[in-house]
Amino acid sequence: MPAAHVAELVIYFGIVLLLMVPLGRYMARVYQGEVWLARWLGPLERILYKVAGVDPAAEQPWYRYAAQLLVFQLVSGLGLYAILRLQQFLPLNPQRLGPLPPAVAFNTAVSFLTNTNWQAYSGEAQLSYFSQMALIVQQFVSPAVGLAVAVALFRGIARQSSKTIGNFYRDLVRGLLYVLLPLVIPFALLLSWQGVPQSLAPYHPVTTVQGQVQQIPGGPAAAMTSIMMIGSNGGGYFGANNADPLENPSALSNLIVWVMILLVPFATVFTYGEMVGSRRQAWTIFAVMLTVLLAGFALTWNSSRAVGPRLAALPVRSSSGNMVGVEERFGPFLSSLYLPATTGVSNGSVNSAFDSANPVAGMVALADLMLGCITPGGDGAGMYGILFHVLFIVFLAGLMVGRTPEFLGKKISIREAKLVMIGLLITPVAILLLAAPAAVLPASLASVSNPGPHGLSQILYAYSSGVANNGSAFGGFGAALPYSAIMVGVAMFLGRYLIILPALAIAGSLAAKTSAPVTAGTLPTSGWMFGLLLLSSVLVVAGLSFFPALALGPVAEHFALWAGQLFPLH
Amino acid sequence: MTKPRANRIRLDRSDLTRKAVVAAFAKLNPKEMLHNPVMFVVEVGAVLTTALLFDPRATGGSSLPVFLQIVIWLWFTLLFANFAEALAEGRGKARADSFRSLQEDTVAHRAKSGRADLEAPCEDVPSRALRKGDLVVVSAGELLPCDGEIVAGVASIDESAVTGESAPVVRESGGDRSGVTAGTRVLSDRILVQVTTDPGESFLDRMIALVEGAKRQKAPNEVALNILLVGLTIIFLLVVATLEPFAIYSGTQVSVIYLVALLVCLIPTTIGGLLSAIGIAGMDRLVSHNLIAKSGRAVEAAGDVDVLMLDKTGTITFGNRMAVDFVAAPGVPTKDLAEVAYLTSLEDQTPEGKSVVDLAGHQFGLTPPGGDLGTYHPFSAQTRLSGLDRAGQELRKGAGDAILRYCGLDAIPMPLRAAVEAIADAGGTPLLVARDRQLLGAIHLKDVIKPGMRERFALLRRMGIRTVMITGDNPRTAAAIAAESGVDDFLAEATPEQKLEFIRREQAQGKLVAMCGDGSNDAPALAQANVGLAMHDGTMAARDAANMVDLDSDPTKLIEVAMIGKQLLISRGALTTFSIANDVAKYFAIIPALFVQIFPGLEVLNVMRLATPQSAILSAVIFNALIIVALIPLALRGVQYVPSSAAALLRRNLLLYGVGGLIVPFVGIKLIDLLITHIGLVR
Repeated sequence: MPAAHVAELVIYFGIVLLLMVPLGRYMARVYQGEVWLARWLGPLERILYKVAGVDPAAEQPWYRYAAQLLVFQLVSGLGLYAILRLQQFLPLNPQRLGPLPPAVAFNTAVSFLTNTNWQAYSGEAQLSYFSQMALIVQQFVSPAVGLAVAVALFRGIARQSSKTIGNFYRDLVRGLLYVLLPLVIPFALLLSWQGVPQSLAPYHPVTTVQGQVQQIPGGPAAAMTSIMMIGSNGGGYFGANNADPLENPSALSNLIVWVMILLVPFATVFTYGEMVGSRRQAWTIFAVMLTVLLAGFALTWNSSRAVGPRLAALPVRSSSGNMVGVEERFGPFLSSLYLPATTGVSNGSVNSAFDSANPVAGMVALADLMLGCITPGGDGAGMYGILFHVLFIVFLAGLMVGRTPEFLGKKISIREAKLVMIGLLITPVAILLLAAPAAVLPASLASVSNPGPHGLSQILYAYSSGVANNGSAFGGFGAALPYSAIMVGVAMFLGRYLIILPALAIAGSLAAKTSAPVTAGTLPTSGWMFGLLLLSSVLVVAGLSFFPALALGPVAEHFALWAGQLFPLH
Repeated sequence: MTKPRANRIRLDRSDLTRKAVVAAFAKLNPKEMLHNPVMFVVEVGAVLTTALLFDPRATGGSSLPVFLQIVIWLWFTLLFANFAEALAEGRGKARADSFRSLQEDTVAHRAKSGRADLEAPCEDVPSRALRKGDLVVVSAGELLPCDGEIVAGVASIDESAVTGESAPVVRESGGDRSGVTAGTRVLSDRILVQVTTDPGESFLDRMIALVEGAKRQKAPNEVALNILLVGLTIIFLLVVATLEPFAIYSGTQVSVIYLVALLVCLIPTTIGGLLSAIGIAGMDRLVSHNLIAKSGRAVEAAGDVDVLMLDKTGTITFGNRMAVDFVAAPGVPTKDLAEVAYLTSLEDQTPEGKSVVDLAGHQFGLTPPGGDLGTYHPFSAQTRLSGLDRAGQELRKGAGDAILRYCGLDAIPMPLRAAVEAIADAGGTPLLVARDRQLLGAIHLKDVIKPGMRERFALLRRMGIRTVMITGDNPRTAAAIAAESGVDDFLAEATPEQKLEFIRREQAQGKLVAMCGDGSNDAPALAQANVGLAMHDGTMAARDAANMVDLDSDPTKLIEVAMIGKQLLISRGALTTFSIANDVAKYFAIIPALFVQIFPGLEVLNVMRLATPQSAILSAVIFNALIIVALIPLALRGVQYVPSSAAALLRRNLLLYGVGGLIVPFVGIKLIDLLITHIGLVR
């Protein structure tokens, strides 16, 4: 690896490593007690509670927490759907754009509600400014919801014989005011310093080298990019997302957005460590996440450095690797670094076209989604996602040391075993159940732009992206067609709420338990051996679920590519 | 660790195997299979594929021999799992039969009019006619017709039929040795017994039900594991069901028989097939240690125990304190002291008294004086002294404060006081001796710790179990014995209330507590403890309150109980891990085989270089069936449990069953493939 690349790796990861622990500890204070920011934002926080008629001190049992969350999401979702369907009657619609079709409106509402940011619509052509703003609201709210669920689960693990796990609205508001806002503002300033537009001025007409006039768009792009990255959203201001020179103008801005993808997800791991009082375990979980991330990067880069024999035979430059779909400014290395980050987090923003990546690189992205986006996963979602694996491993390994499995001193009983299995299996079950009919029904196949195994990869990717609430896509997939719009909407819905509910239920039942003291007979839930087990669980659960599908998709495609095999259009 | 037991049943292996084979077929009844969801799925698959064999569209000419073999092996998979369960049950049944033979109807002499004395007029009734509360008279040579409590009389009883212990035991009314068990034989004397259970509920009945597995309730961990297995089965059902649409998309179609073969290979049949055998065999292991658990839950709890409460007397130390030294007061010859101690103890029948006689006789060659010994004053609760009035002298020995009162002293004068305190500090009990209200000195009584206890406690510590010694001694004595024996903690001057309180306090901290006891006053604590082990020679109240009974009445058995509990959990966890790890190799065998025709590149995934697609699939199915048979001995025996820290155990079992489970099928499937292609079972 050239020295420049080594330096890039050190800088990229170094900054995240430097910032994540203090941020994680700060977040723990946000959700547990007071922070200095409350001196300025406290009055605003109290006004919000007063307006909403919420008593922030009222502790809730898990089912009330879950019920308020669901009601809040239902109302938000219906509101968002209404806005998208009625935008022609609403203000800030200078282009007089008509309503979004029902299927796409449903898809988009669910997409932004669930922190997915799957974009079945075309922003510039279909959405009014008002609708865009409604989406941006959800870009703030949905990561705050994810963080709320995570900290509620952390509390459930930490508390002793408690009936309650916190207050949903308090967690929501504090996450917004004290975590997301303070992060978004400085990062937005940094991005706009690097040249990302942040203005309300009209489009700039410029004369190009060829002598033509081109409109350079403006708008609040820096602000939106900032929350889209910090909030593991991924839905960009411009169509080309972070490959667009306006959204990601420089080497430095690429570093900044990359750090923003990983910052909050990794910090949440240490929030967990603080809140449950086990920093060692936080480091173990972090190590597992980082391992998958680094392995994903290594595979992606290794795959991206070569092109298949048929492409190599064409008169194009391929010495630096597969440049198809890759932004010239970033090249295969920075694209390969970006890919496992945005799919490991349920971010889904891109700085290259995944659809054009070599099959192994595409499979890394797909596999990240099939893991459920837990390395390190979306804001909050990654931690509560991986904790299902932690509990699963605790159960199996606990039996292997001859004790009723216990996690941080709490016995895992029949109820938790059920909930863990639901939370663990919902990702593979939903992906397989939705992708299988999509692979044969003509209504679905209309969305598939490629023949052969790559077409299957596209289908798998769409539903995996939906279930994992990632939002990235293999670009050829026709997401706006009614069947795909509705079914991917269903995927996003299942992948969000059928994991949140068991997570909160586990929080409730663990909170009610007391911790047994640790003895020599207790299974250690940190350290390299537990880390190795956790890693195996993460890989094996997804591996066993998707081995056949992957074999017929990217794996078959990989061998076909290198054999120069072509597939006829259907 | 296990001593040979008289009632260890000679299991006739070939007979057991034959019966198990028959039972394996009988268990194919779908109603029976439903309780095991994993194997039920296999059965549905086997039935479905069998039906498909007769459908020419599904089989297509040339593949029929392979399909036929796959279907046969699917049925074998089922039969092997059933066989494992039947074999485990068969061993239990054999044991139950031997217990049942004790239960043959005996004639009971029921006391008419319910008079509670040994001379009450009796009527002869069959033993099954006895009801709770009836009184029966049992004489020498007769079998006890019922479980009960002796209300009058004392008898020596041969309990070998139930406990395997050939030495007869003495049972008498009142106190903690009054319980008797049906099927045991009265060797001498005559007793009046109050029946404590109705027919069908006796101890023997419970034992039979237990070892037969008839009323086997799944323990919580087993239920939780079943949920996990069902979850995995569901996901593999989906994997296989969705494979067909993916295949159709890819331009091919997979035969349903191959899909079922893949499904059966993937779902955790290894653990699913052996799970109930493991549970039944675990109970059986307990019984072979002469332990009776009232539920599987108790056995699992035993593996989780954090705190083990052990009575000092009889468990950690020999029951009796022994005199080891005489410490004379200044100016008193030691021989004088020894002589007075000797004389006061001649009539004393307690072990302590006898040890004083032995010590004095040994050290100073004293012999019993001829003629009239004098007037003996036995120990009484009022004076707390015992002694002798002889030749005009009052000779007394007793506890410190009692003798001081007797001598009219406030405190033991120095330097004797220092010596007495030193005895207490060393964990001994000082007995003071006086003559005519004048203090002569002290006898050093010492608790003698059983050999090997320190090592056992160290072992328990490694297992993560804290031992707590329960004693009526004062804290100072208790601390000394605790230090000497190596227990982690002690509860001194313990009353039954304090024991109960101690257990509750530990449990409030989330700990699981095991204790053993025999007396009626132990019953509340036994009931409160997570694992209560009652001694078989204890009272009925203790036996009822406990959730386990030790027929050997050996309190250190708690250690074995904990180990068996752990072994049970480890066996389940290890085989589950093994089962899941196996799937990797099966995928590598079957998936390339199914799709290599449309995607020739997938041949790279055929890492085992299996001969043909058909041989690959068949080999995987055969391996999947044979591994169940191969693991039956392990399931019945339980995986080896080496007491060590959790981290060490995990490392060991993970390596053995995780990594092993990954590698073994690669080798096994390859070997089977070589074999079946060699002998020409597949092309």
